[in-house]
Amino acid sequence: MFGFSRPQFIAFLAMLALIIVCPFVVYPVFLMRVLCMALFACAFNLMIGYVGLLSFGHAAYFGMGGYVTAWTMKVWHLDASIAILLGGVTGGVLGLCLGYLAIRRSGIYFAMITLALAQMVYFFCLEAPFTGGEDGIQQVPRGHLFGFIDLSNDMTMYAMVACVFLGGFLLIHRIIHSPFGQVLKGIRENEPRATSLGYRTDDYKLIAFVLSTSLTGIAGGTKALVFGIATLTDVNSSTSGEIVLTTLLGGLGTVFGPVMGSVVMVSMENYLAQFGAWVTVTQGVIFMFCVLAFRRGIIGEIGNYLKLKL
Amino acid sequence: MIMIFGIPGPLLFGQLLLGLINGAFYAMLSLGLAVIFGMLNIINFAHGALFMMGAFAAWMLLNYFDIGYFPALILAPLLVGAFGIFLEKTIISRLYKLDHLYGLLLTFGLSLVIEGLFRNGYGSSGMPYRIPSLLQGATDLGFMFMPNYRGWVVLAAFVVCTATWLIIEKTSLGATLRAATENAPLVQAFGVNVPRLITLTYGGGIALAAFAGVLAAPIYSVNPNMGSNFINTVFAVVVIGGMGSILGSIVTGFGLGVIEGLTKVFYPQASATVVFVVMVIILLTRPRGLFGKAA
Repeated sequence: MFGFSRPQFIAFLAMLALIIVCPFVVYPVFLMRVLCMALFACAFNLMIGYVGLLSFGHAAYFGMGGYVTAWTMKVWHLDASIAILLGGVTGGVLGLCLGYLAIRRSGIYFAMITLALAQMVYFFCLEAPFTGGEDGIQQVPRGHLFGFIDLSNDMTMYAMVACVFLGGFLLIHRIIHSPFGQVLKGIRENEPRATSLGYRTDDYKLIAFVLSTSLTGIAGGTKALVFGIATLTDVNSSTSGEIVLTTLLGGLGTVFGPVMGSVVMVSMENYLAQFGAWVTVTQGVIFMFCVLAFRRGIIGEIGNYLKLKL
Repeated sequence: MIMIFGIPGPLLFGQLLLGLINGAFYAMLSLGLAVIFGMLNIINFAHGALFMMGAFAAWMLLNYFDIGYFPALILAPLLVGAFGIFLEKTIISRLYKLDHLYGLLLTFGLSLVIEGLFRNGYGSSGMPYRIPSLLQGATDLGFMFMPNYRGWVVLAAFVVCTATWLIIEKTSLGATLRAATENAPLVQAFGVNVPRLITLTYGGGIALAAFAGVLAAPIYSVNPNMGSNFINTVFAVVVIGGMGSILGSIVTGFGLGVIEGLTKVFYPQASATVVFVVMVIILLTRPRGLFGKAA
């Protein structure tokens, strides 16, 4: 099911067990943050790992998804499920518009264009009235799920976030192992050959980009709901850099790498938060270390050691 | 008072001058990026951080060693350029055989480290750097008052950009450089030390960024974020101009600065985004960039 190989299925069961057990041991809000970032990283990994395009502006879709979910919850008092879905739609529509522009170039230019477009979104959020500028949208109610499940309890909220994460994770896995995903990998390996075989590679790239940004929007919306706040930090280019690092650290193009990466990154931010700017320095050092000596990432190295594709 | 399109003349020219100054920084930074990309095939994400280091080097020279602005204009680029050469020799050179994206990621990490260290040491509020006494005051140009320092920045940037262009296009060193960009193994077969050429190119590009940083120090306050504020826009400039041509990046840099300045007069809300809007238009009509060569 979902195209899991046997070792991947075992790893998935282990992850599922951890998701169920952990909230009884660890602070659930921390875990929810991990799961939101993990979904964000998995969605990002769909582009870098399977299409081979580095988007350096994924924060735009994450942040805008968060803003729309927060705004619709606070002003329209929508159901939580619909608000999060609207966050995903926002990510998707924005991804369709900006992706249409960005896929005209590849490689380094793609990275620079996505970065510049995300910067434009950031300036828009800074000026636009509905985002609240520097203050952001604060005191967003968590509301109800399907009209009757009260989400103000952390454990109930955790259950919903876990379901959103697992849904996104399985969807991405299904996409990667579908015929569509095979074409994406073909484009990554050799685009001219994919074109000569009759595939419209630009369409494939754009669809993959929109899928990735939609899931990113959902992750952003979920995060905004968990913390009850949507701010400029989530649209900022530093968030884009962070998600690149998360995925790189866990392992580009691996199934479980982004999840592992976000566990490490979020814990690190948590424990290093008291040291102020040292967080940035540490992140930079890890970045350089990963690029120079650890390009497979944590899961990639483990998989290589065990000779498995994880 | 002269009115142009219903705008008072001095206001229009004042904003044009501000635009030219921003354009001067865009031009110097995108020029360095283009030169480095041509030779090393990496996008130097640390360019903004090294620009900031140039400004800090000038500030440190003044405050710790009592060395003034004009010597700093020479010394700071040399120091930061030497630091760039050190970086190239020790870490960046390890990535040449890999995908270009790894170079981008490495230099991005590098910029995080540099900016984080400076933020730890000096906070993020910024420190003033006084305009040298020789360049204080303003000149009456007849149609507007021009602060002398701003005129100097535009002039200095223009001279440095032209000099870089002349070196690359008209000297034999530049010819070797361009040949090595096209076909490095062949140039090496002729007995040219290409790795050293690459190192020097990186150092030169960084020195250019540091020079821009020193020029910027009296205008913007010297703070750890000054580079990252600029660099995102500079990437848009590079996409618009295309990295194929030296002259292209200079013209695009100055041009976009002016467009930004004019937008500030006629529609201030859009002044932060106008460069990105231009980028979108260029991507729709001429995806390779204005001066870009075929891939």
